[in-house]
Amino acid sequence: MRKSIALLTLLVAFSLLLAACGAAEETAAPAEATEAMEMTEEPGETEGPAPAAQGGGILDKVKSSGKLICGGRTDLAGFGMLDADGNNEGFDVDLCRAVAAAVLGDPTAIELVPLTAADRGPVLQTAEVDMLSRNVTWTASREAQWGNFTTTMFFDGQGFMITKDSGITSTDEFDGATVCVTSGTTTEQNLSDFFRQNGMSYEAVIFEDTSAVYAAYEEGRCDVTTSDKSQLASVRSGFADPDAHIILDITISKEPLTPVVPHGDDTWYDTVNIVMFALINAEELGVTQDNVEAMKTSDNIKVLRLLGQEGDWGYSDLGLDADALARAIAAVGNYGEIYDRYMGPNGKSFTLPRGPNNLWTNGGLIYAPPVK
Amino acid sequence: MENIRTTKGAIRPPQPPGPLKWVRDNLFNNWYNTLLTVVLVPTVLFVLVQSILWVFTKADWRPIIENPMLFAVGQYPRDQLWRVAIGLSGIMFLMGASWGKWGGLLRTISLSFAIVFAFLALLPVQLETLDTDLRIYLGSTVLLIFIGAWLGRLKAVKKAYILIGWAIMPIISIIFLIGFEGVEKIPEVSTTFWGGLLVTFLLSAGGILASFPIGLALALGRRSSLPVVKGFSIAFIETVRGVPLVTILFMFSIILVLLLPADSSLDRLFRAWMAVTFFSAAYTAENIRGGLQAVPIGQIEAAKAVGMNAFQTMLFIVMPQALRAVLPTIVGQFISLFKDTTLVVIVGINDLLGIGRSVINMEPAFLQLDLEVYMFIAAVYWVFSYFMSRASARLETTMGTRTTL
Repeated sequence: MRKSIALLTLLVAFSLLLAACGAAEETAAPAEATEAMEMTEEPGETEGPAPAAQGGGILDKVKSSGKLICGGRTDLAGFGMLDADGNNEGFDVDLCRAVAAAVLGDPTAIELVPLTAADRGPVLQTAEVDMLSRNVTWTASREAQWGNFTTTMFFDGQGFMITKDSGITSTDEFDGATVCVTSGTTTEQNLSDFFRQNGMSYEAVIFEDTSAVYAAYEEGRCDVTTSDKSQLASVRSGFADPDAHIILDITISKEPLTPVVPHGDDTWYDTVNIVMFALINAEELGVTQDNVEAMKTSDNIKVLRLLGQEGDWGYSDLGLDADALARAIAAVGNYGEIYDRYMGPNGKSFTLPRGPNNLWTNGGLIYAPPVK
Repeated sequence: MENIRTTKGAIRPPQPPGPLKWVRDNLFNNWYNTLLTVVLVPTVLFVLVQSILWVFTKADWRPIIENPMLFAVGQYPRDQLWRVAIGLSGIMFLMGASWGKWGGLLRTISLSFAIVFAFLALLPVQLETLDTDLRIYLGSTVLLIFIGAWLGRLKAVKKAYILIGWAIMPIISIIFLIGFEGVEKIPEVSTTFWGGLLVTFLLSAGGILASFPIGLALALGRRSSLPVVKGFSIAFIETVRGVPLVTILFMFSIILVLLLPADSSLDRLFRAWMAVTFFSAAYTAENIRGGLQAVPIGQIEAAKAVGMNAFQTMLFIVMPQALRAVLPTIVGQFISLFKDTTLVVIVGINDLLGIGRSVINMEPAFLQLDLEVYMFIAAVYWVFSYFMSRASARLETTMGTRTTL
């Protein structure tokens, strides 16, 4: 029995060790951990609108910790990338930076947590991130389960890419085509739905790996390849001869990419939403990163309201200052500038015509309530 | 006289065969071997020549050359890199000191690091990313290894000092890497920003270090006569061994957070480390149990006969023999743990592979250079795995001759 006592001692020592590890972890991130959880206690359980008193949780937490924790990614061209110094950049990242600039006055005060697709729901449900901007498609079930979707900032959709040499100009000529596609995705599902609805036949060339799909397509093993249009544009820009490929205008699925915030915090939801409104309104009103200071003395009343020079766009209710939206615009530019930085004609990542991502005034879908 | 001469001829050791004879004996000794040789030699040569041509002429290594820091430390803030540098230098110094004290395998390892660093420091190619500061740092680290080796040879430097150094250094390095909230000189750097080789090393070294004691406890637990301890150990080992590492990673990364009480939060890297550790511990436990079973019962009876208690028997009789028997297996398992850490990519941690994927997406031109990036990552893994397997082979041969661990 002495042997067992020795073993028991070993086990006790082992569990103490584990406990010590746990304790060390607690001290590593004390302030944010406790505060983050204080405000997430209710949201999961509470039904119906949250009381206003509980609302300011995330905003207060962000202000007191001095950083915005943003769920994103580092491996998608155009949306979430790294630069050589390890800084996060991309369309999705700039949306986080705009919020950080508005709330904290510093666009670099973000901590971007790289997430996989499977992570996105749980990090919102546990409020591990303050804001999720990781090309998330807004769907009804996600709205119900994950969090509150703010404003759609990018209208993506599944499209087709073909080579110029193929002579095909529209999807009507697709009957009997071979199509390169990734296996087991909604992309594949949408493709089959599209062909069935149009009474055409096709031969799918299916690959597990995304890069294999485009390698096969470039080698000419299929006439057509299909994916979200932003991805097609990004892949095309990497081809040896990008001009030899056309992305057809047709869009066969709806992928409204939208920043999300955790459920149950109205003030925070409003804050992020209004920052998105401001970016869109800024483009509409011609306020850019460069002229935002000069525009503060503009004679356009709408511009003055947006920049906090006239009236209250709601900042006093949210607990922000009048200059918050002006700071966001000064940090990342207006919607069009963000878009062009990564996906415009001289975009850093690729070139994708704005199409549905044009302002409503230019025939697109980008529309935001007025800021006043 | 003649008789003696013939005897001399007969006992002369067989001469090594000439190259022509070797070729005939080994490659063309019968018709099917001849056929195989004729087919395979040109194929192998072709693949080899093409690979070499690709590496040196066709391949475009810009993604790696332009972003060495991303591969090394990921997003760790560039103005705080000195913290990583000091940690690395400290470990290299200890490595050198251990080489001076123990020699053998540690000599090979220290020299390999020194050669790699010296090679980078003296690389005759002008590279923007390999600037003078970095070259000076690499050079001085080489110097530190040799200073360490010189110090290690001194009698005054006791083995215990170096071992204490090894125990303290990693902890100091980690604390240093994390930093302190509110301290201006060493501000807190969230593990979100850690990446690249740094994370790969921390996860595998941390996993190896932590899984060994846990595995030992589980192995003993499984042989225990206490039903609860035994039951728990068996349940843990068989559950973990029964599922793939991917499952455990997902479990810790996603499900654990949902199960934890609302007022607790666990760092993402820490969660991945826990998953890797538990996974490795279950396998280590089974390996150690194999060693425990290999110790003859007579040894334990003899220990009891001379009046040792259970604890002493375990510590002085069973463990040394058991561990010696299974150490090569455990090293082999650690090699696979090192490679398995690439799986943390699927829970969103930017280890070496994750950073590789990010680099591919940095610029449109890099999208087509994924082969180069993956080849580079494979080469890095191969180099480290090769050294570890050499180390394990060396351990196997020296184990039999040495009397103490």
